[in-house]
Amino acid sequence: MDLQTPDQHSGIDKTATANLKLENGDFITNANQYLTFILGDEHYGVDILSVKEIRGWEKPTAIPHAAEYVKGVINMRGVIVPILDLRIRFDVGDSSYGTTTVVIVLSTKTSQRSATMGFVVDAVSDVLNAEQDEIRPVPAFHGNILPEYIEGLVNVGGDVVTLIHVDQLLNLNDKGAERVNE
Amino acid sequence: MAIDLEQFHQVFFEESFEGLDLMEQALLNIGPHNETPETINTIFRAAHSIKGGSGTFGFTAVTDFTHVLETLLDEARDGKRQLTSEIIELLLESCDCLRHMMQQLSSGNPVDDNQSQPLRAKFEALLQQDPESPTMTGNNHEAVVRDCVDALLCAPLPKDDKADDNAREPTDVPHNEWIIHFAPEPQILLTGNEPLRLFRELGSLGELTICADVTNIPALNQLAADECYIHWTLTLRTPADKNRITEVFDWVLDECKLDVSPAPKTDVAQHNNTDAESSPPLQRAATAEPTKDLTPVSAVTTSTEPNKDTHTAIPSNTSIRVGIDKVDSLINLVGELVITQSMLSELGNNFDMNKVEKLSQGLEQLLQNTKELQESVMQIRMLPISFAFNRFPRMIRDLAAKTDKKIELKLSGEQTELDKTVMEQIGDPLVHLVRNAIDHGLEPAAQRLNAGKPETGTIALNAYHQGGNIVIEIADDGRGLNTEKILAKARDKGIVDSGATLSEAHIYELIFEPGFSTAEVVSDISGRGVGMDVVRRNIKQLGGRIEVESVLGQGTTFKIYLPLTLAILDGQLVRVGSETYIIPLIAIVESLQIKTDLVNKVSGHMLLYRLREDNVPIIPVYQEFGIEAENKELENGLLVVVEGDGQKIGLLVDDLLAQQQVVIKSLESNYKAVRGISGATILGDGSVALILDIPGLITLASNRSYNRLKQNRAA
Repeated sequence: MDLQTPDQHSGIDKTATANLKLENGDFITNANQYLTFILGDEHYGVDILSVKEIRGWEKPTAIPHAAEYVKGVINMRGVIVPILDLRIRFDVGDSSYGTTTVVIVLSTKTSQRSATMGFVVDAVSDVLNAEQDEIRPVPAFHGNILPEYIEGLVNVGGDVVTLIHVDQLLNLNDKGAERVNE
Repeated sequence: MAIDLEQFHQVFFEESFEGLDLMEQALLNIGPHNETPETINTIFRAAHSIKGGSGTFGFTAVTDFTHVLETLLDEARDGKRQLTSEIIELLLESCDCLRHMMQQLSSGNPVDDNQSQPLRAKFEALLQQDPESPTMTGNNHEAVVRDCVDALLCAPLPKDDKADDNAREPTDVPHNEWIIHFAPEPQILLTGNEPLRLFRELGSLGELTICADVTNIPALNQLAADECYIHWTLTLRTPADKNRITEVFDWVLDECKLDVSPAPKTDVAQHNNTDAESSPPLQRAATAEPTKDLTPVSAVTTSTEPNKDTHTAIPSNTSIRVGIDKVDSLINLVGELVITQSMLSELGNNFDMNKVEKLSQGLEQLLQNTKELQESVMQIRMLPISFAFNRFPRMIRDLAAKTDKKIELKLSGEQTELDKTVMEQIGDPLVHLVRNAIDHGLEPAAQRLNAGKPETGTIALNAYHQGGNIVIEIADDGRGLNTEKILAKARDKGIVDSGATLSEAHIYELIFEPGFSTAEVVSDISGRGVGMDVVRRNIKQLGGRIEVESVLGQGTTFKIYLPLTLAILDGQLVRVGSETYIIPLIAIVESLQIKTDLVNKVSGHMLLYRLREDNVPIIPVYQEFGIEAENKELENGLLVVVEGDGQKIGLLVDDLLAQQQVVIKSLESNYKAVRGISGATILGDGSVALILDIPGLITLASNRSYNRLKQNRAA
């Protein structure tokens, strides 16, 4: 609690300071790590700190009156987690369920809300280290995905990885979610 | 010091409220002439512990007030003073007053003494021979202000540190003056950054003067307690350079506008000005003490805005007091569970078929253990309903005096246990029903005597278990509901068509309509017609229902049916296609196999099933939820007749599965609310099943048919 009182700050409490910095990824280095995955033939990435787990596809319990991309809910160790198919949501690739089809479980925690959701993708590919200055801004015109969902673009070899905003992705009440579906 | 003590404040408040409840009950038990030493001791003890506690925490206003109270009680205890009904009335009022003070303290507000001052004067008049009292009055206002300052400024202001820091700082080092504009974003407090700490840190660098800009603080009703609306201008005289200053703000750089600039040379004079301005709230508070002006107190509140979040956060952080026996039994059960677990893993280490019997025994034991554990954990949330009933003796006493009626209160089943959440939410509806019973139900004494009833009216509160429900009854022996009067009123207000005839039960239902009141005179107790619909809505939110029974001239009984707990539900598992759904058992009227000759098609494609006299609309679940079903034919189909909102519908399902208790999990926490679904649960095989929300489903289905009608018309 009294972390910033003069005496402690100057001397002993190095560990607590280090912990504080860990919580805010930007303090360690300018590079963020991203988990990349494949939808159809496009590459995407999400902040790796928001990835809770990666699990195989299993058929969830369907929710009535839900949008087409909401496949249903599953039980993840006692927590009810909705499963959304990103391929349908972004209209990329075809939504077949095969052996490499996986679910990336992402969670976000802001002061207003916390949410955990699973996203169906075609395959998980790699962990990407991206320096802040490697991340290119979003082009002015966009495809099926609205610009507010995109953090930026990163060139990896010949491919371009689209970095997705996790907070925005997990915000189902957002108007953008509906606009994507139209 | 103050920070350390603060963690005990919540406990102190809880204990004090309990103490006040005890005191009140004891006071109500004492008639003017049957005071027993034991009850007086109870009252004395309660007052004494409140005094002691508030003294420890520096709530001087409370300490001083209880001190006078205690002096009086002490005399009563020593037999020097008779507790007359006048004194008891005064003591009861002081209970209210103390409770009010505690509430203000616990929500972090300063104590206002509008209520305690006159009371204290009365007490002191009683205690005239007490030599101490006159000096107390003089001190009081000062005490209150000091108390507010103490209670609110638990974190020491940076100014406090200044003296030490100056001493530490060698004076011969060249000092520069810096002007720092610090404008944090409103949510800065949510990230755990406390501006005061930053200032303290700055204070360690040199001589710091702080000027707060409070112009952005919104009106009280728009104020979010956990947001910071204040901007600061700080003047720092320090040998340190700019980097050292900005370093202090490192953690909050993202969340504020920061501007550090060297002060112009001529600033020394200005600096003195800002110094004078910088601490006006505190200074004003100090100077205002003798003038008995209340405004400075409000100034203190605004000036300490950043502290507020710690105070207002406290009430939401509720706790349960659990009997040690319940905890012991839990520990015992967990011990058993661990033993069973180790036995099973031992068995698994080198397993062969000979041990199958032992395995099944072990699993049986595990089942038993988990069941018992579940029950015990649920027990922890259970509190006897006397917590909700205890407020009524006092309320009835006051209302009897106000309405000039003689009322006797009978409580029974007070030990019936109920989930804490349910208990908290049922309190207000109960109060409303009891007030109604007194105001509308019971007749004035003269009228009662004319009707051949005893002069004293009776209000009976009763609670008992019935099946998986708890039933709370509020009964009065008053005039009963006058169906003709209610119907006439309803027709008058246009709630019912003038030609319609209604059954008795339907007429009773009318009193729950919004805006309905038959009271000829609106009193301050009841009669505005806003209450009953709210009562019913609250009870429905808890998953319960309310029923009315009444005999004209003999009385009215309200029965509230509530689920025992909100966490577990008795459910009927049904299958539709490949999906499993859960229907709350409480909603199910009956399940039957459809006989096609009882199905009628009416009003354009609506299917009705004749269930004795009722016509029940058939709603195929597969159609409603847009899924595939095995059986889409009505012939021999299974119909589960459910009731919600007084409306029956029949759900067409494929199969009836087991009945079992399910743990309710929220869909909203990670997803969003789904119409027709109240939640989800996890079945024995680990899969998720959805729980149907029957009233929601009924509205959904009726909206759908209405929309279809509109579409048809348009086409």
